Amino acid sequence: MTSRIEVRKTLKLYIAGAFVRSESGRTISVQAKDETVNVALASRKDVRDAVRAARTAWPNWRDRSAYNRGQILYRLAEMMESRRAQLIEACRAAGLTARAAEKDVDEAIDATCWYAGLSDKIEQIFSTKNPVSGPHFNVSTPESTGVVGVVAPLASGVAGLIAAVIPPLCGANTVVCIASDADPFSTVALCESAATSDLPAGVLNVLTGRRSVTAPHLAAHMDVNALGLWDCEPAERKELDIAASANVKRVHGYKAEDRSAALMRNPYRVVDFLEIKTTWHPAGL
Amino acid sequence: MTEARKTKAAIRPANGRLAMTTPADLARIEAWEYAPAPEARDYLAIQPRYELFIGGRWRKPKSGRHFTTINPATEETIAEIAEADAADVDRAVGAARAAYDKYWRRCPPAHRAKYLFRIARAIAERSRELAVLESVDGGKPIKEARDFDVPLAAQHFFYYAGWADKLEWAFPNTRPRPLGVAAQIIPWNFPLLMAAWKIAPALACGNTVVLKPAETTPLTALRLAEIIEQADLPPGVVNIITGSGATGAALAGHRGVDKVAFTGSTEVGKEIARACAGTSKRLTLELGGKAANIVFDDAPLEQAVEGIVNGIFFNQGHVCCAGSRLLVQESVHDVVAELLHRRMQTLRVGDPLDKNTDVGAINSAAQLRKIEELAQSGDADGCTRFQTECDLPARGFWYRPTFFTGVSMSHRIAQEEIFGPVLSVLTFRTPDEAVEKANNTPYGLSAGVWTDKGSKNFKIASQLRAGVVWSNTFNKFDPSSPFGGYRESGFGREGGIHGLLPYIEARP
Repeated sequence: MTSRIEVRKTLKLYIAGAFVRSESGRTISVQAKDETVNVALASRKDVRDAVRAARTAWPNWRDRSAYNRGQILYRLAEMMESRRAQLIEACRAAGLTARAAEKDVDEAIDATCWYAGLSDKIEQIFSTKNPVSGPHFNVSTPESTGVVGVVAPLASGVAGLIAAVIPPLCGANTVVCIASDADPFSTVALCESAATSDLPAGVLNVLTGRRSVTAPHLAAHMDVNALGLWDCEPAERKELDIAASANVKRVHGYKAEDRSAALMRNPYRVVDFLEIKTTWHPAGL
Repeated sequence: MTEARKTKAAIRPANGRLAMTTPADLARIEAWEYAPAPEARDYLAIQPRYELFIGGRWRKPKSGRHFTTINPATEETIAEIAEADAADVDRAVGAARAAYDKYWRRCPPAHRAKYLFRIARAIAERSRELAVLESVDGGKPIKEARDFDVPLAAQHFFYYAGWADKLEWAFPNTRPRPLGVAAQIIPWNFPLLMAAWKIAPALACGNTVVLKPAETTPLTALRLAEIIEQADLPPGVVNIITGSGATGAALAGHRGVDKVAFTGSTEVGKEIARACAGTSKRLTLELGGKAANIVFDDAPLEQAVEGIVNGIFFNQGHVCCAGSRLLVQESVHDVVAELLHRRMQTLRVGDPLDKNTDVGAINSAAQLRKIEELAQSGDADGCTRFQTECDLPARGFWYRPTFFTGVSMSHRIAQEEIFGPVLSVLTFRTPDEAVEKANNTPYGLSAGVWTDKGSKNFKIASQLRAGVVWSNTFNKFDPSSPFGGYRESGFGREGGIHGLLPYIEARP
């Protein structure tokens, strides 16, 4: 018999910087290693609330200096490092072996650190001063796209989640992420790291439950500007693409192999969620 | 214009209402009548009938059908054009695929570059013929076709020719690879230039293409096919097929296509996105716009008026990035409206082939109806209409340069793309209100800012959600300058180093 009765944690959605139950009041029961956990089953309304939170948070996140955003992402890596044991345990609850869980979490932390350092390089790598034929000063610079909807990889673990959400965040977008159905454990653990980093409320919002329920609403939402879709079957991808066409969303699909450490560390992942703005000004007296 | 400003007070009635141009002003303007200066077209050889350019040969359409293309300034038939159906599209895509596998993917990049240089030079050599043809088929003033469309098309090929063998330098640490067969569908407002914008980067990156020009303006694209023949490009690297929207839909929906690039309306762009849904086709869209042209009270107003005129009346307003919403600070509204009205009276509307013509013919009867319908909605909404007072030719499709004052954000003429020479004038009081109104459309292609204060200019330009911002200028284009939209104006860029990305696979 155990010496004390442990306090169990309710796994909730992460919206606007707060952990909330689904407005629908619904949950699904998921079997963890040694207990049954009730996970919030996000609804269409939760998607809308999350998008609103992301849209509200966007100007603040976008208008910070790239250096400051980089520092905050680095702070997230710090929080993940200090919560490494918790993250590993959460991955194990989702079924990863001890070794796989460690590798997964280390990959996630290191990728976050890599993107933290990329934040204030993006504009320099992808900006151009264009040699136009005429008396004009002409520059092209990247800007964030806005609110990015992410459908996370299917596989359990935090590395996949980080691969999906960090590039758009690094590009000064705010994110609404639909987590893997299979792994609410490490999802919520990662959200707790995010909540204790200095990431402003609403910059990252994460919904648990069933992606088949929420993803179509996220894809159709008229205030979402782009989608990052992981591990979609052709039929699912077609449905989401069609929904996304309603407001000309930028849709980027990724497969499991895109999570490999080499492919992860790629500035073009961020470019997927950037717009290039070209500004002209006459040069003359 | 300086004189105009000085006399403003004199012509302004005591009741404070807009004075606009007086009969005396008009008489002065008419005294400056120019003698006709028509561009000769007698040396321009136009065949009675054009077929499809597939696999390096001119082929009769399997559909067995042809349609006519007319001169919108005279409504006369110019030529019969083959109408490609699904079977023709299939044949063109097959030719592009064969050329990709057989020649183009194996072609050394430096050779690709030289082919593109050849095309650039041939366009320059045949520039006069192309300019006249563009004007005749589309209705645009010869001075614009001659000084803008054709030279820029040549320059675009020249610019991207140079990139063909330098892609590794453009995208370090990636292995830039072509995508395969690109399906490209272009609009009728800049027929040759849009063909250049599409074909040049696609070929530079090692793709082969099937291009479909617009139904009403196929002739310069077909002339470009002749140039490509002359340049001895391997057969099938460029295929040009003509037809209607159905042809375009068949092309975008074809299974053998790896990449779809579309320029046109947002409505059709969404259809194309749906047609590509669930496939691995890469997509870029350059769609509609409803650009705000913001004039602050500290702007150089005479220059701003020139920019406003260029922004909305260039190419009869058939420009996706046209500055069709003038947002003018309340304190200078009346001055700007008066200067604009007076400047508009000097615009010469008429024969596109006349070298003095500023505003040519509306591209088609259908487009003219759309412009008229939207302008009438402006009247019905209670906006005040001002136009250029001029005679219009008896035949052909024409619309007077027009602006409406008293427009509010909810009016259709402030929300919908008119794609004609019709400007909606709105007012604002604070910079925040200007940005709010400018961004308050689903579009985000372009915007203009007029102010002499540098810090304000930077601030406003950074807040506008648009792919191209013209500060103290408007409607400037260059092959080295990326162009493309935010939001429902589409995605992907054309021009510059950024314009390569839609045509390559770049990953480590």
